Amino acid sequence: MSTDTIPDAVYVVLRIFFEFTHSFGLLVLATVGLAVIFGMMGIINLAHGEFILIGAYGTTLSFHAGLPLPLAMVTGVAVTTVVGLILERTVIRHLYDRLLDSMVATFGLSLVIIQLTRILFGNTTNNVSLSMGSISYGPYSSGTYRILLAVIALVVLAVLYWVFTRTKFGLRARATMQDAETARAMGVNTDRMYMLTFGLGAALAGLTGALFTPAFTVDPEIGSEFLVESFVTVVVGGPSVLIGTSLGGALLGTIDAMFTWIGGSFLGEIMILIAAIIAIRIMPEGITGLLEDWRQKRREDE
Amino acid sequence: MSVKSSIGVLANRLREPFEGPNTIGNTNGFWIGFLLTVLLFAIYPILFGPYAALNPAQFLVFALLAVSLTFIWGFCGILSFGQVAFFGVAGYTFGIVTINIPTYTGATLGIIIAVAVATAFAAVIGYFMFYGGVRDVYVTILTLVVALVLHTFMEQTAGSQWTIGEAHLGGYNGMNVPQDLAVGFGETGVAFDGVAHYYVVLFTLVVTYLLLRAVVNSRFGYAMVATREDEARTEMFGYNTTFIKLAAFTVGGAIAGISGVLFVTWGAYINPSQFELVAATMPVIYASIGGRKSFAGTILAAVAIQYLELQLTGEWAFVIVGSLLVLIILTMPDGIAPRVRNLVLAVGEWRSNRDRSGQSPPAEEVSD
Repeated sequence: MSTDTIPDAVYVVLRIFFEFTHSFGLLVLATVGLAVIFGMMGIINLAHGEFILIGAYGTTLSFHAGLPLPLAMVTGVAVTTVVGLILERTVIRHLYDRLLDSMVATFGLSLVIIQLTRILFGNTTNNVSLSMGSISYGPYSSGTYRILLAVIALVVLAVLYWVFTRTKFGLRARATMQDAETARAMGVNTDRMYMLTFGLGAALAGLTGALFTPAFTVDPEIGSEFLVESFVTVVVGGPSVLIGTSLGGALLGTIDAMFTWIGGSFLGEIMILIAAIIAIRIMPEGITGLLEDWRQKRREDE
Repeated sequence: MSVKSSIGVLANRLREPFEGPNTIGNTNGFWIGFLLTVLLFAIYPILFGPYAALNPAQFLVFALLAVSLTFIWGFCGILSFGQVAFFGVAGYTFGIVTINIPTYTGATLGIIIAVAVATAFAAVIGYFMFYGGVRDVYVTILTLVVALVLHTFMEQTAGSQWTIGEAHLGGYNGMNVPQDLAVGFGETGVAFDGVAHYYVVLFTLVVTYLLLRAVVNSRFGYAMVATREDEARTEMFGYNTTFIKLAAFTVGGAIAGISGVLFVTWGAYINPSQFELVAATMPVIYASIGGRKSFAGTILAAVAIQYLELQLTGEWAFVIVGSLLVLIILTMPDGIAPRVRNLVLAVGEWRSNRDRSGQSPPAEEVSD
């Protein structure tokens, strides 16, 4: 008995672990652009999924136009950033401090972008194929690219940490978000900070679209598939961008991996949503809000 | 006393419960416009034949759904993306009941149970949120997630194990509901199909409209508006704002449930796409464009936008509706209705200034 079952258990643990990395990578990458825009600017961007869509289409189309895949991905990110900046200048900047209106307006934008994509490029695209093989362990295997995505997710979080804490842009952006008036008095061009932060969020969404192009079927609906997951992760994570996104992704990734293992991907999906409902109920400010409370309490005790 | 003035007194007496500071549109001009609009909808099938009434019936059903949102969002500050959840739950419940009891008794029970289930569902969700301290944008997100849970769940109910009595939930294929809207007992009763269904929808919408106007101008309505404006202060004045929000949200759920029953009896069919993100957002769009503090604005916007979508037949419809939405949010944050009212007031003032010598007509307002 013992010689066979112990390796089996190891394989199962590995399987769940890889399921988790996959889910974590997806959630973090899908969320991080939305989290930057929500956490820093207080705008709920319902067109976030459509930024991902633009990134994916930019990548797919330039790949089929003959660019090598990494360059095609860069193109996708660039296109998304430009679109994001244009939308910020024309629409979004009128909606700061109008949280609910921003939701409605960005939903309008998402309708327009989806439909324009459909009209311009049709309902299907040619796949971008990328074969990196897979890692086998016992009876199971996991795609190498999906594991790579989880690693990239961690790298993106690390880079963002560096940008927000170690660069002048990060310092000014955080100052603007915390107290725009004082920041302006100190000589920060706050208007530009808003624009750049939104552009950063759009670029991150574009990156997600570009990275997932080889792993997904790219069609005009791809954005809405990401939107729900990213939305839920932001809400569970709370307004602090980096800690919120990573903890939210980790928590929901664990739940997804566990329930997918127990009852298939449907159960995983629905448990993520139910977990989000419960999370909003018990910690309305997300995990980071809870941590903040806890830290405050500890400080008072001292 | 002349006949004319006594009619005026009677009209004023009739109008009184439906007017107040919380509704725009409290003048003769407005009520004449209201009566003309209702009349127009009422004679529509007579003018254009019974088949022409099919589409307007659906427009009015979704207008009723949007009204349920206007009530809670415009007057209590609760933006819910989950009205479709109550709408769909009521629709499915009506189907399940009537498929299992295919008689007039079943139809009557179906209506009652469907609306009761939707109301109870709204009450549970509302209790869970408001008594749990969930507020503002988190209410919006939570209600959206509720709709998406239902969507995800109903999509995978295609298998034969998802059967309640005789009723197959049907997954993404949806559920056929052959029962007409009807009331009665056993084999005797009245069924409303075709044009009759249209008139039931119109009647329900008009009655709901008038009742809600009365509610928002009642003491409870004042408390709702106070909660919307400043919850902490209203609480300080001794109002239980948590309960006010729960009650408003539950009423909104009940209205959404009624519209769900009217929807499923209209098309004899319901599927999970009713819970989708796009479907969940349509009531928000109607209310935003029409004016979230105006029931009439919401209704007219709902009818106009659906008509526009039908005329545009597909491809460019969403581009135009989406752009319209962005444009209106940017230029008129409160929607079209308050603008129309201000315009009419300005025109009235200009006219009365012009012929100040003669009898100056009263300032009119036509919106809400």
